[in-house]
Amino acid sequence: MSTPPTDAPVHPAAPAGREHTTVLPGGGSGGPGRPGGPDRPAAGQGPSTRAAAARARRRLSRSQLAAAGFAAPLVIYLIAFYAYPLMRSIDLSIHDYTVRAFVQGDAEFVGFSNYVDVITSSLFAQAMWNTAVFVLVSLLFQYTIGLALAVFFRSGFRLSAILRALFLVPWLLPLIVSGSAWAWMLNSDNGIVNSFLSIFGIGQVNWLTSPDTAMIGVLIANIWLGIPFNLVILYSGLQNIPEELYEAASLDGAGPWRQFVSITFPLLRPVSAITLLLGLVYTLKVVDIIWIMTSGGPANSTTTLAIWSYRQAFGTGQPDMSPAAAVGNLLIVIALICGFIYLRVQRRQEES
Amino acid sequence: MTARRPWWKTILGLVLTALMLFPVYWMLNVSLTRTGDLRSSPPQLFPTEPTLEGYAAVFDQQLPALGTSLVIALGCVLLTVVIAAPAGYAIALLNLRGGRTLNFVLLVAQMLPAVVMAMGFYAVYVRLGLLNTVWGLILADSTIAVPFAVLLFTAFMSGLPRELLQAAAIDGANVWRVFVSIVLPMSRNSILTVSLFAFLWAWSDFIFASTLSRNADFIPITLSIYSFIGNNTTQWNAIMATAVVASIPAAVLLVIAQRYVAAGVTAGAVKD
Repeated sequence: MSTPPTDAPVHPAAPAGREHTTVLPGGGSGGPGRPGGPDRPAAGQGPSTRAAAARARRRLSRSQLAAAGFAAPLVIYLIAFYAYPLMRSIDLSIHDYTVRAFVQGDAEFVGFSNYVDVITSSLFAQAMWNTAVFVLVSLLFQYTIGLALAVFFRSGFRLSAILRALFLVPWLLPLIVSGSAWAWMLNSDNGIVNSFLSIFGIGQVNWLTSPDTAMIGVLIANIWLGIPFNLVILYSGLQNIPEELYEAASLDGAGPWRQFVSITFPLLRPVSAITLLLGLVYTLKVVDIIWIMTSGGPANSTTTLAIWSYRQAFGTGQPDMSPAAAVGNLLIVIALICGFIYLRVQRRQEES
Repeated sequence: MTARRPWWKTILGLVLTALMLFPVYWMLNVSLTRTGDLRSSPPQLFPTEPTLEGYAAVFDQQLPALGTSLVIALGCVLLTVVIAAPAGYAIALLNLRGGRTLNFVLLVAQMLPAVVMAMGFYAVYVRLGLLNTVWGLILADSTIAVPFAVLLFTAFMSGLPRELLQAAAIDGANVWRVFVSIVLPMSRNSILTVSLFAFLWAWSDFIFASTLSRNADFIPITLSIYSFIGNNTTQWNAIMATAVVASIPAAVLLVIAQRYVAAGVTAGAVKD
């Protein structure tokens, strides 16, 4: 179970992934290479041209019909299970839903007042700040540690393949499992972390019960969770950097650090960008891990936008769906803005 | 030289892996610790007198929850593959018009926070009577995997040799025949990858379970662990034993299919 089983099969997917980058942007443009495509018969003889073109069109439309048939379940699915629930959540946010109105469906239309309430709420600034801290600090550490590990594992030592596989474990565990494991490890009285720190004379830290440290507590757990993902993607990015570059650089006398700065990091930039974007989008919407560890407390010190939304809707006995939906929809807007900024930056880089 | 240099790296690698997996070890350790020793200070680094009382509690109380999770996860796998594989075929090989738009929609779909989706589903399910049902959870959980699955199938299938498909078409096979007899068998690896992720995501889902299924007769294991934490904060060995048992699918799948895991993360990452 050492090198071959792990290394070899990663590659079949890597070309597929690379293919993907080139295929997607050109998505619907596959026409030319297809058999009996419209271009060939219509090449230029007089009378037969029109008939051939008609035949080709018929054939094309039939194949389009087949394509549509294969995609139809997905389209129906997307409408029923994404668009419709999303519409309902927008609907929730512009009405005043009470529990009774939920069942009877006679909620009062209130326009944007839920949004105004949310933004002017005293919790809004804190939730925004917590979200920003949670996302940025998580990304910074996950990425840095993931990259360092990817570079380390790339050098390929004995057992490296199996150790790299073991690094995936935290990422595959259910969040409830890792969340409760961390909650117990960070427990103030009986946690292993505190008893380890006490060796160095550090007194009891109330990781999850003090507003000053709760954010650090959930960050530690979340960074730990994100490392495997960063490691895998960055590692596969490293595999695509040609070995000759490093050989040439070391002939020129460049040391490991110089090679990292001049070759690895710049060539890894596109992969890094994708990793960070995915991490950002994922971290923005994290609920489970924070909810399991602190429920957003103490004193709202770990309440992010996602947690705030979740708590209002489902976290108390008194569901308050309408403001919760407003917070959730704001979160979507933030995620979309980040996505579009990424696309803009990416396009500008491609142009230059 | 080649023999010597890697050795310190192997040792460093072992140390780093041990550090990374410490929480997993700790979970295992606590699950085997006797209730009376849980609060000892300093905590015991390994169970000196291991007990299975935590695991006995699991088998007493958690088997239905594990079964529910298994049914939900398998249902999700099936639904995801059935929806996503034909769509991937249409986008990758049938030159679906609007395929680009569809891909964009899938990207956006992945950005939607589960909290918002959960509220939408809740509102819909209240009316349809799907709250607290296994079916409702299968449908909701599948939304975590479907966009990823379509993107992965598209990526994989566009790498299939077109000559083969053309040859089949010349032999008179229609698109459906080509899909069933050629594309699907050749996409076995990507079907496995998708199934693996759909299973793990549905198995570990907490948000949809806690919002759509909180009063169900049969609750999934994640919710069961969560209510365990709330009610019994003293019984950490039983909680950790449940956590260990709930992690078994992940562990098994990692051993059997670690290569697909890496492949899946990578393919999922390079998605635009």
